[in-house]
Amino acid sequence: MEQVMKRDRGSNNSEGLAPRPEFGKLSIRNAGKTYDPQGSAVVAVHDCSIEIEAGDFVAIVGPSGCGKSTLMNVLAGFDNVTSGEVYLDDSLLASPRQAPSPGADRVVVFQNGALFPWKTVLENVTYGLLKTNAMSRASAEEKAKDFLSRCGGLDKVMRSYPAQLSSGMQRRVEIVRALVNEPRILLLDEPFRAMDTISKTTMHQHLLKMYSTCRRTIVFITHDLEEAIYLSDKVIVMTTRPGTVKLELTVPLPRPRTPEMTASVEYMDLKKEAIESVHEEAKKAFERGERELA
Amino acid sequence: MPDVEESIRAAHAVKSERSTNNTKRAFRLRIPRIRWRGALAIVGFFILWDLLVRNQAPGFDSIPSPLAVIQIFFKQFAFTATYWHSWFVSFQRVMYGFILAQLLGIPLGLILGTRKRVNYLLFPIIELLRPIPPLAWVPLSILFWPTNELSIVFITFIGAFFIIVINVYDGVRTIRKEHFWLAQSLGASQSTIFRRIIIPSVIPSIAVGMTLGIAVTWNVVIAAEMIASDSGLGRLTWEGYVSGSPSIVVVGMISIGIAGYLSTIIVDYIEKRMMPWKQLS
Repeated sequence: MEQVMKRDRGSNNSEGLAPRPEFGKLSIRNAGKTYDPQGSAVVAVHDCSIEIEAGDFVAIVGPSGCGKSTLMNVLAGFDNVTSGEVYLDDSLLASPRQAPSPGADRVVVFQNGALFPWKTVLENVTYGLLKTNAMSRASAEEKAKDFLSRCGGLDKVMRSYPAQLSSGMQRRVEIVRALVNEPRILLLDEPFRAMDTISKTTMHQHLLKMYSTCRRTIVFITHDLEEAIYLSDKVIVMTTRPGTVKLELTVPLPRPRTPEMTASVEYMDLKKEAIESVHEEAKKAFERGERELA
Repeated sequence: MPDVEESIRAAHAVKSERSTNNTKRAFRLRIPRIRWRGALAIVGFFILWDLLVRNQAPGFDSIPSPLAVIQIFFKQFAFTATYWHSWFVSFQRVMYGFILAQLLGIPLGLILGTRKRVNYLLFPIIELLRPIPPLAWVPLSILFWPTNELSIVFITFIGAFFIIVINVYDGVRTIRKEHFWLAQSLGASQSTIFRRIIIPSVIPSIAVGMTLGIAVTWNVVIAAEMIASDSGLGRLTWEGYVSGSPSIVVVGMISIGIAGYLSTIIVDYIEKRMMPWKQLS
């Protein structure tokens, strides 16, 4: 175990962090979302403002039902806000009057995995390139192979079907499928939720490596605080419904991140601060649940 | 440790990649190997049957022994054109009914799943007609269709049709919304989503519909032949009974069993061809 970690750190060090991309600046301004299914308005997100610099890795943490997924769906273009605006690279992405549409510049990696099972790894990865860019099949495959090989030798399995891969590999292929489109933002919706701790740790190293080589703005939704702090530059803690930003934590840990850092004093302090605020929210959510049941 | 794990995974993946390259070999039409336990059971079944008949067990006095059946088979059937014609006719009816049910049932299932208004219009009537057993259609279809042949094919068709419709419809409804969303994100148009997302997603449901459908069509065709036809394996069996020769009945039954088994093998083979991605998972 020890040896592997050293090796990992070594490989991270030698590559370093790619420069900031020129695009991927995200600005969520006073966004709100009210669902109105049967006349009884449910406020899912209220007056939520988040600024994300191009190339930042931002984690959004909060209790269940804090509007994380709503926010994600708006960014991806599957849903719209009912108040406020969302700007991507200073152009309007979503407002109550302008519904966003899905696009290959904002691809989501879903928590349960959504590779197309009837397509091989290579076909999955080239899908977006072929559908959007009018790229020729040959060059799309070339590019896909390049990305797959850079992300931990996944080109070895490009002719396999997703079901033949381990869940960790599937998730990595899925991230590559998003990255290969060179998105402005990569949206990760609790991608490692269903994984055991060891796989998760491995996946973190893979994700960090992908981030350092093909740097994009990443919005990472999770309810695992440690994961959030370990991976990101900024942790945003959201309140329980109606969801809004409760706390923004900047993570000063240097990159490349190594698992040993999770034992450092800075990490512990951040964790403590975040835990307190999340715990407060979790308690509120729990109490509200009790009230609603009573 | 993760390193070791990773290399094992990679090795596995390489192995499975190799086997996907060799899919041709995996796809070869193969009859499941009879294992010794299964063979033993079949032999045991015949011995038990023989013993019961030999010892005049209660109820077995007019049941023929396996040897008598085999004798009759080789004497009266194996080398006659009429016997093989019965096979051919029954197979033909099953295939017509089955294929027709697929051709009409799959599109209808897809439409029901994707077009809300059509669904509201047609679903109630489908749900009303679906519980009517295919054989209950026999009298009306004899009256309706000009030839008995057509009415048997129609009844066979009914047997498989609703099964396939419901399965495909259900398949469309259970497509994961993430797949739709991702296809949209990655730039697929509505028509591409239909062809490249909906169709492949429902193929497993179509396969289930086929497996269930082929079994039902054999059930139905045999019964329909007994009632309304003068040919086919069902008729052969029924005539054996009417003419008081139980050995012929058993010849008919075994023939039907083998015919059904062969159809299942064929359908299995087609299903595997339709879903290469399900092969090694």
